[in-house]
Amino acid sequence: MTFWPQAFEIARVDLIVERRIGDTLRIVLPFAVVALMVFPLALGLQLSTIRDIGFGVFWALGILFGMQVALRQSAADTPERRDLQALLGVDAAARFVGRTLSGSVLMGGFLLILALAMLALYAPRLPTGVWPVLVVSTLLLGIGLTELGTLAGEVTTGLRARTSLASLIVAPLALPLIIGASQSVEALEQDTGILPWVLLLVTSDLALAVAGVALARPLEEATR
Amino acid sequence: MDPIVDFRSIGVSLGGHPVLRGVNLTLAPGEVLGVSGPNGSGKTTLIRTIATLTSIDSGSGTVLGTDLTSTSLVPTRRKIGMIGHHPALIPELTLTENLTHAARLAGIEVTRVANALGVVGLEGASDRRADACSFGMRRRVEIAHLLLTRPTLLLLDEAASGLDSSARDLISAMVDSTRSRGGGTVVVSHDESQLRGIAENVMSLSGGRLEPSR
Repeated sequence: MTFWPQAFEIARVDLIVERRIGDTLRIVLPFAVVALMVFPLALGLQLSTIRDIGFGVFWALGILFGMQVALRQSAADTPERRDLQALLGVDAAARFVGRTLSGSVLMGGFLLILALAMLALYAPRLPTGVWPVLVVSTLLLGIGLTELGTLAGEVTTGLRARTSLASLIVAPLALPLIIGASQSVEALEQDTGILPWVLLLVTSDLALAVAGVALARPLEEATR
Repeated sequence: MDPIVDFRSIGVSLGGHPVLRGVNLTLAPGEVLGVSGPNGSGKTTLIRTIATLTSIDSGSGTVLGTDLTSTSLVPTRRKIGMIGHHPALIPELTLTENLTHAARLAGIEVTRVANALGVVGLEGASDRRADACSFGMRRRVEIAHLLLTRPTLLLLDEAASGLDSSARDLISAMVDSTRSRGGGTVVVSHDESQLRGIAENVMSLSGGRLEPSR
């Protein structure tokens, strides 16, 4: 079996498992929406403040809860599963790509639903042409976060403190992503040009993809 | 004929502790080798080293003609089948889905899945999720998996423990089938009497050293 069929098969099964476990839809998403509601409740009737902080709260919660999606249970293999995959001839790089594909679908859906909830709860001022920019930035952020999470998951495979260690790896490396995503919408409002920020997101995603594919095989052997 | 496994003074350490020391081992085509030893003697590490899943610290060796230190072990690993302590199934998938997934990853015809499940007596449970199956049923799925991949080198790590007699018969049939294809089998168990029944050569592992069993 070649690289892409293996990657698609891993992504397909990841999504089936995720649908049955329901981590993202039944646990992470409801908690993230509840967290969105905390700020308007705390700020009371200061509607202008609520409108001003809408996008900021969205990006912050997106990255915090997005990490839970990136490090979801369905993307964690037991040592026995990893051994079996190795003996089936699964390419570690194909596994990285497959995990990134399934994670991006979940993350993209999660962030877009969270964005809609934010728009409904905070009613922020929407600059002209915000929709395509918001969708593109959110998806690029989602892909980048998933790549980081998958990479961090590989590095911390088999460790007892996997979740906390992986979060520590993801958080600082996610800075260019969060800056790119948040500033692209901000630049639209200030009318200062979104291209540099979208390019920052695209470049970060590509760099993470290359790093993930290049490191997958040595990481697999090193963590065995 | 070249040996399937050829180890010369292999040493393996895990977490800084030596587990295998100076292991010499040769497995000829068609041979069934039994390895016995108490808990913690290094049996699982030996099996994983033969499966090319644990790297060596000293010595040299080949598995199916490939050097253990080779950087392209994927084609060799595809010819190895292993049953370890814990079944490697995805709990949320049904038995059919688990086997189909493995078949697709290995590039094997998925039409063979139903037949393999039938051979191990699980045709009636094919739509049951793995986490709703007993240990014995999950073991049978692993045997079905070996029927799909038809390995040249079969590695069984305490594979028969906790199984009923019919499941043990399936494992024996798997060993016979591998032997008839000219493949080799290594069976590991702490129960030496069990090994005497299926292996023509039994060795003993103690303190990381492999010696002929008395």
